Amino acid sequence: MEREIVLSMSGIDKTFPGVKALSNVDFKLRKGEIHALMGENGAGKSTLIKVLTGVYELESGEIHMDGFDGPIVNHNPKEAQAHGISTVYQEVNLCPNLTVAENLFIGREPRKAGFIDWKKIRSNATSVLRNLDIDVDPDKQLAECSIAIQQMIAIARAVDQECKVLILDEPTSSLDDDEVEKLFDLMRRLRKDGVGIIFVTHFLEQVYAVCDRITVLRNGELVGEYETEKLPRLDLVAKMMGKDFNDLADIKSEHEVVIDDKTPVVIDAKGVGHKGTIRPFDIAIRKGEVIGLTGLLGSGRSELVRAIYGADKADEGELYVNGEKVKINKPLDAMKHGMAYLPEDRKKDGIIADLSVKENIIIALQAQRGMFHLMSKKEMEEAANKYIKLLQIKTASMDTPIKSLSGGNQQKVIIARWLLTNPDYLILDEPTRGIDVGTKTEIQKLVLDLADEGKAVTFISSEIEEMLRTCSRMAVLRDGKKVGELTGSQLNQADIMKTIAGGEAAKEEITIDEEVAENGAAV
Amino acid sequence: MAQQSKTSKWNQIRHAKLFMPIVCLLIVLLLNVIQTPDFFKISMNNGVLYGYLVDIINRGSELVILAVGMTLVTAVSGGQDISVGAVMAVAAAICCQILSGGAVSTNTLAAPIIVAALAGILAAGLCGAFNGFLVAKLNIQPMVATLILFTAGRGIAQLVTKGQITYVRVGSYKVLGGYIGSCPIPTPVFVAILTVIVMQLILKKTALGLYLESVGINGSASRLVGLNSTMLKIIAYIICGLLAGLAGIVASSRIYSADANNIGLNLEMDAILAVALGGNNLGGGKFNLMGSIIGAYTIQALTTSLYAMSVSADQLPVYKAIVVIAIVVLQSPVFQSRISKVTQRKAVGNAA
Ligand SMILES: Nc1ncnc2c1ncn2[C@@H]1O[C@H](COP(=O)(O)OP(=O)(O)OP(=O)(O)O)[C@@H](O)[C@H]1O
Ligand SMILES: [Mg+2]
Repeated sequence: MEREIVLSMSGIDKTFPGVKALSNVDFKLRKGEIHALMGENGAGKSTLIKVLTGVYELESGEIHMDGFDGPIVNHNPKEAQAHGISTVYQEVNLCPNLTVAENLFIGREPRKAGFIDWKKIRSNATSVLRNLDIDVDPDKQLAECSIAIQQMIAIARAVDQECKVLILDEPTSSLDDDEVEKLFDLMRRLRKDGVGIIFVTHFLEQVYAVCDRITVLRNGELVGEYETEKLPRLDLVAKMMGKDFNDLADIKSEHEVVIDDKTPVVIDAKGVGHKGTIRPFDIAIRKGEVIGLTGLLGSGRSELVRAIYGADKADEGELYVNGEKVKINKPLDAMKHGMAYLPEDRKKDGIIADLSVKENIIIALQAQRGMFHLMSKKEMEEAANKYIKLLQIKTASMDTPIKSLSGGNQQKVIIARWLLTNPDYLILDEPTRGIDVGTKTEIQKLVLDLADEGKAVTFISSEIEEMLRTCSRMAVLRDGKKVGELTGSQLNQADIMKTIAGGEAAKEEITIDEEVAENGAAV
Repeated sequence: MAQQSKTSKWNQIRHAKLFMPIVCLLIVLLLNVIQTPDFFKISMNNGVLYGYLVDIINRGSELVILAVGMTLVTAVSGGQDISVGAVMAVAAAICCQILSGGAVSTNTLAAPIIVAALAGILAAGLCGAFNGFLVAKLNIQPMVATLILFTAGRGIAQLVTKGQITYVRVGSYKVLGGYIGSCPIPTPVFVAILTVIVMQLILKKTALGLYLESVGINGSASRLVGLNSTMLKIIAYIICGLLAGLAGIVASSRIYSADANNIGLNLEMDAILAVALGGNNLGGGKFNLMGSIIGAYTIQALTTSLYAMSVSADQLPVYKAIVVIAIVVLQSPVFQSRISKVTQRKAVGNAA
């Protein structure tokens, strides 16, 4: 029997200058189901959601909701909320300089005699956070929280409001497995209460773990609606991409670069550390090597590379680049020594929103060349064209502002920016965040190709499978400290998980880099 | 079909960057023509050009020079330099004091004009560097940081001139604010045009513009791609200071004196308005220099026409405010999207 339909959208169109983002899309959501909305980068998922919630104006088509006669129109997200639609957008939309508690209740503050009841906000916030098991002080400023926590807070804010439809646009992109599990528990609980949930993600495992139904979009058009059980993974990928593709094919075996003691060392850090974020560590990265950094969120993965790159200026230790001792005071110094750093937080540290795709691609190279050596128009355009083609960046033109690209395509632009500087040492912090399955494989291949060309690469990812596919060695971090390295046969899911979690059992099984252990002990 | 392409072309024009600034300028000019029919009349009198239009372009020179600096500062720091008017007075005071050799009034030059002018401009550059230091290094809000020199600047100028108005009654000092030989066009016009050309060249030939925009839009990302945002902000404030100095010297040459209390008075507000009227976001980021310049002439046209309608100097701000409100509303996103909707509906109606 067909369950009751809570939301139905039909004949939705949306055009942006130069792009037809949605054409004639239908979508149905039933009560008490988790419904995955799938598609490649730029397929129109976020746009569909924004049309539904009134961020974008409804051009044509109709939206019906259970409990309302006739079609509804949301002119802004607040109206959508009033209709019972709660949303977590892809780009976290909170106020960085307000506290966690304020962010949870802004726009719906509990009031007492007309004044905001701050006491109530605090106590409510504490209970909301406790319910979701989020470990953060409600008085902390949001900007000081990690992206994962920020994402959890955005989710907490959405689910704390009375809703019939909950929309989650790539909510898990910066969460680790535990947090994802927490979120799934919550989603299942809401499903039982009859809430319809729209879930956008590029992680196929997650779709198969929680979703009842899948709607696939391609190039702004509806491909179809399927029951999860009846759509095997390979078919789903084929439907999204419009062609057969095995995203799990072994890509590493094609790339066998032999790295041994004679391979020149590109980056050699000795006791480098930054107070408060990462304890002194040693790490040596050889030419042609892809080294992975793994550990829980907040374990110091990003902080380690930031100290090398000078994003947080190292306050102790020595750094050698190609055997030469160097002093890195700021990112530009690192760039001049052939480093490149793709940061984790795309919105805050990556994109320069109002600049065009072209300018975003050339900015790092231009900064490196210096103010008085402006790249010619032709050179800029060639660079932009080359990478738009190479990475298949979906954009109306190279002069489109980067902020109007889809999330995954913005990420590709930032990758292009660093490839253009032709670095010797490339740091990639979550490079595939928000990137679709097909492109993800392409990027993994690209990383291996770059290594084959003789570049040293550091790869950070919350997905262990992805690291296993690309890395020949892994450094493990825990509590702001490098605690060990894994190579060869130790590179398997079980060993990695054990080392990440720590504890006695793990210590016996893996060889901990002795020097590091000493260093750690000395601090 | 033809209708559609016509509307799309109209939309293209409407969305061009300089569309609104030019419309605003035209509106102000139109009001002028209605008020004073001979507004566009230009005549030759005693070998120099005369007319309202000439007056606007001439009197607007200082404002144009200031607007150029203000645009850069706004782009990179997302704030404004409100000290430029006072810094003009400082530059004028130093220049005149050197020329007069310390006397209150002089008929002979105590130093070459070029030396004195450069000294004044340099001092203004120092003021800019001070502002830049406060904004970039100490992270003080631009409005607050430049408030210091906004209040102290005229005091410094008074100190330099020992509380007097220093007069330099020498023909050659009047050239910059007057006329070169028998040229019928006032010199300030050339100074303004030259400033704009030089700045355009710098923006075209170097990456300064891109750097300033980048830092203004996202400082943290800019740092990671290798830009030195502190340095760039200081550079912008220094340029803004230097240009304020230049404007100060021009203003002082017009009255061949350094009047610490009146040179550049309230011009900072006009300069900020010019930037806003030019379609620039006062919150920083992408900028449009030509827009600011059109904005500057718009404001000057407004001021001149209000004077022509014999509005007294005290009441001037009220009328200016009214017009400014109208113009700002016209340019606001809300109003703009209203217009788009109306034109869209029209297009749909026509197609049907
Ligand atoms: N504000 C905008 N202005 C112009 N074009 C836009 C805008 N927002 C989205 N687009 C375009 O619409 C298309 C669909 O974008 P959308 O963000 O919906 O993709 P998506 O499916 O969410 O992709 P991703 O998986 O990368 O998040 C893209 O080609 C994008 O460039
Ligand atoms: Mg999206």
